[in-house]
Amino acid sequence: MKEKIALMRQTITEELSVSLGREGFAKLRERFLSRNGEIPGLMKEMKNIPPEERPAFGKIVNEFKVWAEAKFDEVDEAIKKADLAAKNASEAVDVTMPSVKNETGALHPVTITKNEIISIFQGMGFDVFEGPEIETDYYNFTALNVPEDHPARAEQDTFYITEKILLRTQTSPGQIRTMEAKKPPIKVLSPGRVFRSDYDATHSPMFHQMEGLVVDKNISVCDLYGMLDLLAKKIFSADTKTRLRPSFFPFTEPSVEVDVTCCECGGKGCKLCKGTGWIEVLGGGIVNRVVLENCGIDPEEYSGLAFGIGIDRIAMLKYGINNIHILFDNDIRTLRQFRQEVK
Amino acid sequence: MKAPLSWLRDYVEIDISAESLQEKLFSAGFEVEELIYLGAEVSKCVVGQITHIEKHQDSDHLQICRLDCGDAWGRDIQIVTGAQNVFEGAKVPVALDGSTLSGGIKIKKGKLRGVESNGMLCSGEELGITGDWYEGADVYGILILPEDTPIGEDIRKVVGLDDYVFDISITANRPDCQSILGLAREIAAILDKPLKEPSLAYTAHKAANDDEITVKVGAPDLCPRYIAHYVKDVKIEKAPLWMRKRLALVGINAISNIVDITNFVLMELGQPMHAFDLSDLGGKTIDVRRAKNGEKITTLDEKEFTLNENNLVICDSTRPVALAGIMGGLNSEIKESTKDIVFESAKFARDSVRKTSRSLGQSSDSSAKFCKGVDEYTTQMAMKRALHLIEELDCGTVSETGFEVAAKALVPTVIKTTYAKINKVLGITVPNEKIVSILRSLAFEVETEGENLTVTAPLYREDVFGYEDLAEEVIRLYGYEHIKPQLLSFAAVTNGGLSLAQKMELKAKNALTKQGAFETVTFSFYSVKELDMLRLPKEDVLRNAIRIDNPISENYSIMCTTLVPNIINIMVKNFKNGNDKGRFFELANVYIADEFPLVKLPSENKTIAIGAYGDGEDFFRVKGIVEGLADEFNLSFTYRKAEKSFLHPGMTAEILCGDTVIGYMGKLSYEVCEDISLGKDAFVAEISYEELKKKFSSGMKYAPLPKNPDVVRDFAFVCDEGITCGEIEETIRRASKNVIDIRLFDIFRGKQIGEGKKSMAYTVTLRAGEKALDDNAVTKITDRILKTLEKELGAVLR
Repeated sequence: MKEKIALMRQTITEELSVSLGREGFAKLRERFLSRNGEIPGLMKEMKNIPPEERPAFGKIVNEFKVWAEAKFDEVDEAIKKADLAAKNASEAVDVTMPSVKNETGALHPVTITKNEIISIFQGMGFDVFEGPEIETDYYNFTALNVPEDHPARAEQDTFYITEKILLRTQTSPGQIRTMEAKKPPIKVLSPGRVFRSDYDATHSPMFHQMEGLVVDKNISVCDLYGMLDLLAKKIFSADTKTRLRPSFFPFTEPSVEVDVTCCECGGKGCKLCKGTGWIEVLGGGIVNRVVLENCGIDPEEYSGLAFGIGIDRIAMLKYGINNIHILFDNDIRTLRQFRQEVK
Repeated sequence: MKAPLSWLRDYVEIDISAESLQEKLFSAGFEVEELIYLGAEVSKCVVGQITHIEKHQDSDHLQICRLDCGDAWGRDIQIVTGAQNVFEGAKVPVALDGSTLSGGIKIKKGKLRGVESNGMLCSGEELGITGDWYEGADVYGILILPEDTPIGEDIRKVVGLDDYVFDISITANRPDCQSILGLAREIAAILDKPLKEPSLAYTAHKAANDDEITVKVGAPDLCPRYIAHYVKDVKIEKAPLWMRKRLALVGINAISNIVDITNFVLMELGQPMHAFDLSDLGGKTIDVRRAKNGEKITTLDEKEFTLNENNLVICDSTRPVALAGIMGGLNSEIKESTKDIVFESAKFARDSVRKTSRSLGQSSDSSAKFCKGVDEYTTQMAMKRALHLIEELDCGTVSETGFEVAAKALVPTVIKTTYAKINKVLGITVPNEKIVSILRSLAFEVETEGENLTVTAPLYREDVFGYEDLAEEVIRLYGYEHIKPQLLSFAAVTNGGLSLAQKMELKAKNALTKQGAFETVTFSFYSVKELDMLRLPKEDVLRNAIRIDNPISENYSIMCTTLVPNIINIMVKNFKNGNDKGRFFELANVYIADEFPLVKLPSENKTIAIGAYGDGEDFFRVKGIVEGLADEFNLSFTYRKAEKSFLHPGMTAEILCGDTVIGYMGKLSYEVCEDISLGKDAFVAEISYEELKKKFSSGMKYAPLPKNPDVVRDFAFVCDEGITCGEIEETIRRASKNVIDIRLFDIFRGKQIGEGKKSMAYTVTLRAGEKALDDNAVTKITDRILKTLEKELGAVLR
């Protein structure tokens, strides 16, 4: 009996020492360890053993079975490992190959800039009002203290549809429409498209403005300056300096232009700022009393400030775009660059 | 506005450099667009005296001169000249070795026919000057300078090239500064120097025929003030050098003393003037009236115009002799033979001049001035100044016959205010005495009484009405650098931010960028050609576009009624730029009129256009972009087959949200792609944002997850080829409200199924209500689905 076990042990060891493959291994395991396999078969021979030897024999057979199971498990583990390794090897990819992805788009730089300006003023309590792009002569000019024979009317090249209806030349009509609809205190921005009959290397017949209006008690030039100074610092950089200088708009008095230190050279003087170190970015002023009166607001009780920002111009300065027409060319190579802008 | 420094100095002492003055003007609201140094081209050119001349031996015209240019430049400089008007002892301009002259000419020493020449003797032309600029400068040959000219002096100082011209941008509220005197007034205030007013004095003489002249203003509405004055026995000759030079500095050619006086006054005071030859005025009459329809005039530049009653004209007893404010008539111009003249100084209504100028296409320095604005105080002053100049130039006799026809007397603006009001506008406290001194420096009369101020504005300041205007005057001279930034320190706190509608719009844009589309911005106007590109039929409503009355060109002449042409054009442009694919969208207005001509503002309807082109794009991918928009607002869109003149007949769909058609999408037709040379498949969609936004819900609430698990079943139905996926889905959905999702996963066509049939396989997800769905319940639901499909669409389970 012992010889038989020794022979089986030798057979198992020898057979498992060569590569059997998964099928051969399964067959071999079945031959020895299945219910009717050779090792359980040994137990059946127990009846031929003298009773006094049976416990010892049982122990030997059990030990042999444990040994055989461990041996098979060990090989099974090795085969599994080898199979996985082969599978992994076959599935290996060149990780540097191109991805499969959905491109994401981006907002237009004018929208990005508009949103940025809005978010700055939103914090100061401004609402946003969008008026019509096709306007009446009254809202675009008359109510804004630009009477019929005023030279400012001739200066702006206006697109007319009828004698009284035109494409708005500025977002300032938003001031009037807001003041007609609301009582002070008023803080409102009015962004949008504006149109002027001017089309050359530096002018587009359509561009974008953002009007700002505050009407309250005790509004002064200092408030206007503080607000626009903050805007410039937020849009360009914290060390941007600003200055006011006298100007003229029919709907404000006093009127100012706001210059900022050149974002290209930081104020040292360069081509962009024509060597002056300063760039004109926006205009504003204290709302003309005539405009307040036109909207039924008492100029003795209330005062206001208003300003107008060229959104396209800010976008161009901020992003270093040297030609306004690039904004309206909509070339995907341009638009794609604005994906990275944090907005 | 061009202002020469030397001319400004006639009225105010300027003791700072031109550059410093430029800065001070800028701070006071006068931007100097260009500061031109007149001597910029001329350098190293000095006064020399010819000490010796000898003939050049190898030339019959060259002469060898020896020059004394002083210790600094050389006492004995040899220069060869070809000019014949030189003589020993003459003082001449000497361009030394290394000098530059007008027109960028550079002078180097060299040899002329073997004889050394260390520079060049100059003519007036070589210095860039004329006889109006410097006496003798247009003589042929070398410019011979006066005997007392100092040797070695820089020639620019001698001939007046050491001067600056300020090209200043004047804001529309300051027409009074469209003149040399107006700017001098500002400079006097800026520098705190007295103003030297030009002399207006003259003596009027009685003339025999004085009472024969009549002046009347028939259209006082268009001519608030008309001043005429008779000057007799004029001698037409050249104006003196000082006047000619000032005109030359601002680019005006001298003509004759009388005409030059009118131009000089125009530039000096900003008041357009005119001179008529009295002998040409029929009936010795001046009548300022509206033209009769069809009346004709030929202006000084020999152009003929046919007039109408909107045109204001100056007439004699029968015919127009000038286009009011624009140009005189050829029939009454000043000639060499002119003996008696009538000067005109008038204020014509700004709008009348502008409209006539525009409608006739005729303009002049005068009309430009009238359009900017002329004040009547200056109208009066100008006549006196012109009469003074007649005397100063001694070229005629001022008569006693003068006329002044005015609708209204001149009344100055008086403002009663306080220091506090002025400071309140500014937000700072300007010292009281500073406020007073600044206003007085600008020629405002100021009376003070405690806190109160009574301020009288100069008559020429028609832009000043209230204390806000005074605040501006004060701060622009006090200096904007005194303004301290503050953030609405005294204003009420308000709650701002975007409205829900504005946030939704931004969300819609972001939804499309997530789908890989780039936002674009295009013009709101295009041409009829863009609608033709869409092959829209003649009667299509989209052709009812609003037309711009004065477009830049036909290409930008109508307002957009659809955004699709814009998005197509973007795809074409990108394709032509070598970009092989792209997705784009725009959210903008289309403009729809209720009736023509427009009597009220049209509707501006926000619209979304989507375009996608290039390899890899197909109908369903682009449909995916549209669905991305729906997902973002938790909406579901349905589609039905449609037709569009510019889209593929088999790949066009209407997009519905609920029962509302909100837009359409499809593949651009082969015909259109060929027309526009778009060599890739392209797809477009257009969605009415106005309709879409009506479907948005304003707030979201969390929906608890289902308590019972969903049941998923697969079915394949055989149906006619003509039945659409949408119809089957819609029918399944209608059959049971437990259906929450239907997904097509296979379509099969083949013999086993039969000709003209197809098999459509779906995964249908059923959601339980309160009670779990047991087998019985599921069978009930699926039976209902199958029956409905069979009954309504003839689709049977495979």
